[in-house]
Order: sequence, then structure tokens, then C-alpha cells
Amino acid sequence: MRKKKESSFESSLQRLQQISDLLEKGEIGLEDSIKLYEEGINLAKNCYTTLKEAELKVTEIKKQFENGLKQ
Amino acid sequence: MSQQENLFSVSELTGQIKSTLEEQFDDISVIGEISNFKSHISGHWYFTLKDANAQISCTMWKGLNNYVFFTPQDGIKVIVQGRITVYPPRGNYQIEVRSMKPAGIGELQAAFEKLKQKLSAEGLFDDKHKGPIPKFPMKIGVVTAIDGAAFQDMKNIASRRYPLAEIIIASCKVQGEGAAQEISNSIKLLNERNDIDVIIVGRGGGSLEDLWAFNEEIVARAIFNSRIPVISAVGHEIDFTIADFVADLRAPTPSAAMELATPNKDDLFAFIDEFSYYFTQKISEIISDSKDEVSRTINSYGFRYPFDLIKNEFQFLDNLIYRFQNFFDNRFSLYKNKLAITESRLSSFDINSTLKRGFVIIKQNDKIIPRLKNFDKAKLTEIKFYDGEIKL
Repeated sequence: MRKKKESSFESSLQRLQQISDLLEKGEIGLEDSIKLYEEGINLAKNCYTTLKEAELKVTEIKKQFENGLKQ
Repeated sequence: MSQQENLFSVSELTGQIKSTLEEQFDDISVIGEISNFKSHISGHWYFTLKDANAQISCTMWKGLNNYVFFTPQDGIKVIVQGRITVYPPRGNYQIEVRSMKPAGIGELQAAFEKLKQKLSAEGLFDDKHKGPIPKFPMKIGVVTAIDGAAFQDMKNIASRRYPLAEIIIASCKVQGEGAAQEISNSIKLLNERNDIDVIIVGRGGGSLEDLWAFNEEIVARAIFNSRIPVISAVGHEIDFTIADFVADLRAPTPSAAMELATPNKDDLFAFIDEFSYYFTQKISEIISDSKDEVSRTINSYGFRYPFDLIKNEFQFLDNLIYRFQNFFDNRFSLYKNKLAITESRLSSFDINSTLKRGFVIIKQNDKIIPRLKNFDKAKLTEIKFYDGEIKL
């Protein structure tokens, strides 16, 4: 399996999940909880906007390989 | 002379045979089973057509064999169409094939089974070669015909479900001659890039012949060698192709493949919403929990203890003061009484001692008369001696 950089959207979602888990456990102090909350809300907002405004992009790659592969 | 007339040179005879055969069998169709099939590097095909009792060599030139939608395999019964040619240098004859088709649908099925068994034996279908499909692809490679309905369907699905993705289409023929080659080239082309997360290889529904390119070995090997995970998406639910067996994941249709390749936008929105709601809920909980904890701490025994201590000291002090007060009050009144008694005794003792010595007290109307000028001869006079009183 090759390692690939994950999308920022994917890592945002993962961070959101992580924050939720941390808050759920309730082992974090009040100040840190509020910081996490702010981070989470911002992430959620960004993810929401990103997803809402996204438009599918379609790119065709041509058969340069006719030459490319034979070289 | 007649013998002379029947005398041919090898070339003359061969020439006559050649023209006889080639004129006689200029356009023929022959049914037979393929054996010794060889695809030469030049692109020409060489094989033998045989039945139980006879066999005949065949050639099919590059350019013509492009039009055969399937790659022949030994043991498959085909119908070829072409003409007889004689090759004088070798003195042999062969069929120069112009077109070829399977003798029946069962023949394709047989070819399918043979290839399936061969590739399976090689381990191309083994689970250990199958990779996971990424959940959040940034770029989805698609190998299909760009003007096909399948591609439209896939675009619609991707746009609806996960428009964050980009579709990279490597368009190719998906049926007919050369399709298998183009499909495998497109897969290789996508593999030359390093930004593709997953590849969908497929086409919409069609006849077994239409779908045949996906049963070709060259396509199977291209999928197997793809470093990028491949989802196969050929035809309908009921259609199974060799590509399906070798792909990392088989989708029943192209639309289903795109659904398997993408997360659902609505699910993601729900996920994000749930988080926003949950977070707000959770943080107010945490804040009110903290408040509770503060007030619990303040009311805890530990925090109350100093106050209790002070209260106790107060009480002790009050008690002490009260006891002192009582003590002094008691003492005070006791001394006061003693003093009063002593005082009266003292005072009475003075008079008595004077009287004892022979003095008397003259009283009129119960008042002591100390001076003569206060004495009234007319009034009753009381004389108090030490040992008694008389009235005169």
C-alpha cells in the first residue's frame, strides 16, 4: 500500500471525531475543553462550507500514451 | 511426348495448384477448433483450425485481427471467413482469415471459463492482492468511453455525493476491436500519475460480445498490475467479467461503482451537524458541571472546617464568659449581703456599747431627741436604756 497525503477535508473530519472523543471522555479541564470546542466548531463550519460550495471537476487525459508508452 | 506433356517443374505445378486452389476457394467460411494459437510480435496471428480428422493452417494479418472483438484461445470453436492461399517457397496452403467469430455463445462462455481458470491458478484473483478503497478520494480515475451513458451516470453520482472529488477520465473504446488494448492502456496511463486515489473501470450494459473486452487477459493483467485500487463496473448486476474477479472491488454497475468510491455528502452534512449540535450541548454541560463542582467544593467538609472551628471557638468563649459572669455575680451578691449584715451589726454595736456605759436615748414620737431645744415637756417621752425602755 502506498502512503498518500490525505485531503485536508478528510483530516478535518478526523480531527472533529478526535475532539468529540476527547470531550466525551470528560477527562479534560474546563479551559482546554472550551479551546477544543472552539476548534471543533471552526472545523465543522469550514467542512460545511467546503462541502456546500464544492463543484465536481472533470478532467480528461488524452492518449498521449500512444507516443508515451512506445518511447 | 505425353509423358513430356505431363512433366512440370516444381514451380509450374505449385503455380497451377496455387491458381486452382486460390480461384476455387476465394471466399469460404470454415468452422473448426483453434489450436496452436500464436500472436506474433508483428501483430499477425498464426493458428491451426482443426476438427476430429483434419487440420489446416491459418493466418490473420494485423489490421484485420483488430476487428475481432475477442482474443482467440486454443480449444475455442470459431467460424472464420477468408480464402485459401498457397505459399510456394514452403509448398503449403493455408487460410488467410479476413474475419472470425465464435461458433456460438457457448464458445465465448468456454473461453471465459478457460481464462478464469488460468488466471485463478496464477493467483490473480487472490484476496491478498486486493487493496482497500479510500474513503475520501481526491481524484477518481475513470476508464470508460467519455461519451457513454455510464460516464454521465458516474459524473451525476459523484456530483451529488461528493463534489469535492475530481474525476480524471482516461477515455477509451469499451467494445469492439482494440477495446481491450485501449482499456489496459488507459489503466496504465492513470497509473503513471501519482495523484489518483482509485480507478473505476467499466461500461454500461450490453451483450456478452459487447462486454467481451472486460474478459480479455490483457485487461485482467492491467487491472492486476495497477498500483492504484481498481473498482470494476461492467454492465449490469448479473454480468460477471474477468475484470470483476481481478479488481480490488466489484461493483454491479458503473453508478454503483461511483457510490462505492465516494462518501455521501448528506451523511457528511449530518455528521458535521451532529458535531455542531453535540459540541454546543457538550460544552454547556462541561461548564455547568464545573460550576457544580465549584459549589460542591465550597460546601465540602474540608472547606467548611475552618468556619466550624471558628464557630466552636466562639461558642467556647461565650461559654467561658457566661461562667465567669455567673461566678462573679454570685460572689458579688454574697459579699454584698455579708457587708450589709456587718454594717448593721457594726452600727447597732456602737449604740449598744454607748448605752452600756450608762447613756440613754431620749425619743419623742419615735424620734431621737439629741438637743434640749427639741425636747417638749408636754409630750410622751421614751427613754431607751441599754437593758430596756420606759415611757414617761
